[in-house]
Amino acid sequence: MTEKDQLIRKEFPILKNRNVIYLDNAATSQKPPCVIEASNRYYNMHNANPLRGLYELSVDATDAYENARKTVADFIGANRPEEIVFTRNASESLNLIAYSYARTFLKEGDEIICTIAEHHSNMLPWQQAAKATGAKLTYLYCEKDGTLTPEMLEEIISDNTKLVAVTQISNVFGRLNDIKGFAKVAHAHGALLVADGAQSVPHVPVDVQELDCDFLAFSGHKMFAPMGIGALYAKYDLLEKMPPFLYGGEMIEYVTTEGATYAEVPHKFEAGTVNVGGAVGLAEAIRFMQRFGWETIMKREDDLTSYAMEKMKKYPYVHIIGSEDPKEHHGIITFKLDGVHPHDIAAIFDEHGIAVRAGHHCAQPLMKYLGTLSTTRASLAFYNNKEDIDAFVETLVGIRKEMGYAE
Amino acid sequence: MQNNTFYNEVLTDHNLHPVHKYHLEGANFSLEGVNPSCGDDIVLSLKVEDGKIVDGAYEGDGCAISQASADMMLDLVIGKTKEEAERLADIFLRMIKGTITEEEKEELEEASILSDVSHMPARVKCAVLGWHTMQEMLEEV
Repeated sequence: MTEKDQLIRKEFPILKNRNVIYLDNAATSQKPPCVIEASNRYYNMHNANPLRGLYELSVDATDAYENARKTVADFIGANRPEEIVFTRNASESLNLIAYSYARTFLKEGDEIICTIAEHHSNMLPWQQAAKATGAKLTYLYCEKDGTLTPEMLEEIISDNTKLVAVTQISNVFGRLNDIKGFAKVAHAHGALLVADGAQSVPHVPVDVQELDCDFLAFSGHKMFAPMGIGALYAKYDLLEKMPPFLYGGEMIEYVTTEGATYAEVPHKFEAGTVNVGGAVGLAEAIRFMQRFGWETIMKREDDLTSYAMEKMKKYPYVHIIGSEDPKEHHGIITFKLDGVHPHDIAAIFDEHGIAVRAGHHCAQPLMKYLGTLSTTRASLAFYNNKEDIDAFVETLVGIRKEMGYAE
Repeated sequence: MQNNTFYNEVLTDHNLHPVHKYHLEGANFSLEGVNPSCGDDIVLSLKVEDGKIVDGAYEGDGCAISQASADMMLDLVIGKTKEEAERLADIFLRMIKGTITEEEKEELEEASILSDVSHMPARVKCAVLGWHTMQEMLEEV
């Protein structure tokens, strides 16, 4: 391990505590103590119900929450903090758009386009919204290596298209999609662009104004923050005209027995007591990432991806899904091993203390399109190192033997 | 590194060189069993005459545990009566729950190597797929 490796490793005690080689970062990342302490500090020092208490502690809690919102807004380049709605995770953020925006503004004859490479969370909400509104859902098929381009969208989009949903980084291919280009095509046809940032926001700099996307959904737990906190970015004027998502406390102005007027953006989308501890943890996770910096994070992840793919390519029975070019993978290496089922692969990795994901990666339509039932995925974070990859590849090349094959 | 792998020779041999994995002509009972979350998929076919399983086979795709378990099950139940097969299925399913005696375990012969699945919650449904499918089928016999 290099000095830098050790320095970063110290931030993730679970890796040592459990002696695990953790390669399932696309599912969730591990959490550094500073994040857990930030949440703890909030509960030990500032906790009260925010946004309504007329006493100092509640004002503290409100400040903690709203400061976290500002940190998140700045991190992704939002125009103003109010453009960030806190949710539980990317799935909830995407459902918020589908329930609040799509079900209100879409009607029969309209069209939603989503790509075949989407995670179920950026597909099922559109299937349901289409059913509820009578709009048509059309799939944009990627090439078999995961390539998706704005030109491909241009070919199928029409002026009936009202929403286009595209993942920024696919959780299967790891490829970075040209969200700016997709947004341009969508806007030229009067449609809005929904970007799923669950895999991108933790791994590459994202600037929503540069991308000009209308919505961006992401989770905290994949970027070193606690589980149960996520965010939806939306352009302010869209949030203004969207109706509330959930109804109840802390999202109202006036309530009578007949109805209510609703709180300002973004609070009208945050019914009930909110997750301040999580939001504070997310803000600290962002500062944690900023302390290391994108250059370090991206270089480490890129170098390790290249290192791993180069080693894996030496074995003819290992097949990597997606691009041949490691630069197009962003730490996500999904693969097949001839003759061995992914669940057996993952079980054998587990016997060697290595955590990888096996299955359909919540992308069953994509798996079907690729002609496979399931695959295995190793996904990196910047705390991984060469020793992790060496152990991973060494185990990988021994699996066929362990499963009874001659070589 | 751990050497006592769960994937021992008996299991991998039943997976790579199954005895009963083929299309059975003349089967009078056939049923598909699926684990949607992992994609394990088998079609179990039995030839039952006078309440006795005279032949059986399966086809399908899935992990080594699901496939080897079905193969070992057929090894065990071919030649047995419906009631004997049901009893063995009950023992197998209880083994996976970790509630059988050593004597019962012996009755399962090779299939008893899957007893460690009782400590692998994620793989339980793979191990029991063939057995559940057979149980469901035998209800119709």
